[in-house]
Amino acid sequence: MGEAIVITSGKGGVGKTTTSANIGTSLALQGKKVCLVDTDIGLRNLDVVMGLENRIIYDLVDVVEKRCKIHQALVKDKRFDGLLYLLPAAQTVDKSAVKPEQMKELISELKQDYDYIIIDCPAGIEQGFQNALAGADKAIIVTTPEVSAVRDADRIIGLIEKQKNMEAPKLVVNRIRYQMMKSGDMLDIDEITQHLSIELIGIVADDEEVIKASNHGEPIALNPNSRASIAYRNIARRILGESIPLQPLEEANKGVFTKIKKFFGVR
Amino acid sequence: MKKRQNVTIKGTKEGLVLHLDDTCSYEELKKELDQKLSANSRTQEERNLISVKVNVGKRYLTDEKREELKNLICQKKNLVVDDIESDVITMEEAKRLNAENEVMTVSSIIRSGQVLKAPGDVLLIGDVNPGGTVVAGGNIFIMGSLKGVAHAGCFGNEEAVIAASSMKPTQLKISDFINRAPDTIQSSEKREMECAYINEERQIIVDRLQVLIHLRPNLNRFEGGH
Repeated sequence: MGEAIVITSGKGGVGKTTTSANIGTSLALQGKKVCLVDTDIGLRNLDVVMGLENRIIYDLVDVVEKRCKIHQALVKDKRFDGLLYLLPAAQTVDKSAVKPEQMKELISELKQDYDYIIIDCPAGIEQGFQNALAGADKAIIVTTPEVSAVRDADRIIGLIEKQKNMEAPKLVVNRIRYQMMKSGDMLDIDEITQHLSIELIGIVADDEEVIKASNHGEPIALNPNSRASIAYRNIARRILGESIPLQPLEEANKGVFTKIKKFFGVR
Repeated sequence: MKKRQNVTIKGTKEGLVLHLDDTCSYEELKKELDQKLSANSRTQEERNLISVKVNVGKRYLTDEKREELKNLICQKKNLVVDDIESDVITMEEAKRLNAENEVMTVSSIIRSGQVLKAPGDVLLIGDVNPGGTVVAGGNIFIMGSLKGVAHAGCFGNEEAVIAASSMKPTQLKISDFINRAPDTIQSSEKREMECAYINEERQIIVDRLQVLIHLRPNLNRFEGGH
């Protein structure tokens, strides 16, 4: 029986989809059977970030409305030997096409066959958010070191804490710029965790490589030389229960960077 | 056997008091009250209004019955009902009164979008984050930091106070008064252990917690010696 993790943030554009793609990829790299579910119906992106857009035949709404079987709609990622699948969202309808009960049923069915179900949540707190939350056991909140993103994260945490049968959410701080944080122009990580008072599960530096990789449809986690990639892989390992110290932020200079890589035994 | 009177009128220093018996039926009481007052009004020809207090003992009166009794008494030319006293209240009312006098202890973080409401005092063990709100009929005491909105004395109690370990609110409200944070806050400024209250100039003032001891002595519920 697998575990369903919803990736959410409240605010748009903080990197939910990128985080979902990369955590999913990293878990698959660790040998886990992973299914990515895009619940951003009407504005699907996860398939593009994963580079699987042209293989979509059926989508989530087709499955929910019983026009096809689940396994027909799942898109297999060829880069992984049957470990990573994607259930794409529909593009032609909107969020009201699916009800939370239907999502719950769908996710619990997927949990039979997969170790991890990563649910990519749409921005906002409306129906799409309720749908994404319905089947999830755990939640990961993505935020950036901006006041507005942290406010929205706070709201979302409040809503998730109200949910029964869900564990306390964990936090990923995305798009960190070390120089700005050091000079005090950006919120400090300590400030953010103190404010939100939930467990921090990973920090990801702002990295141009991430954007490049997304545009090529290749999650950054596949590139072992990127700092962001290591950050995502570390998050995946923390999800699996390993305890790994947070990446030091100042490792921008190559010397420390290579040392750290050696330390973690990353290729 | 002599029939007991259901309505007795007594004169006190404060004025007339009508004692209405609580064992007879309501209809009976009304009838007797009407008779008695009609008889009395004939003997008193003075024009100035006399206020009366009504004591109904252990009889519970609904709002309609209260109105009815008031009207009945007021119709008699020169009587005005000052107050109707009853020894009994409903369970609902009792619970409300009890809640208003109670300190509600809450242990959680009030996050953005969440509202914590209490009829009486609130003791919050945790923070109020920006966008979060605490509304209380009485005082608000926050053990963590107040970064959101706090509204004390929301039913009009101007004596209510707000206290917090770290006072960095976006807005403070006491009764109908409102105060907001200055647009520029010196981050170096320590805002620890402070309280907010309404002063004589009817403005919300933020000050050291200790000033409350003198300003609001009735906050103290501790009785007995040291």
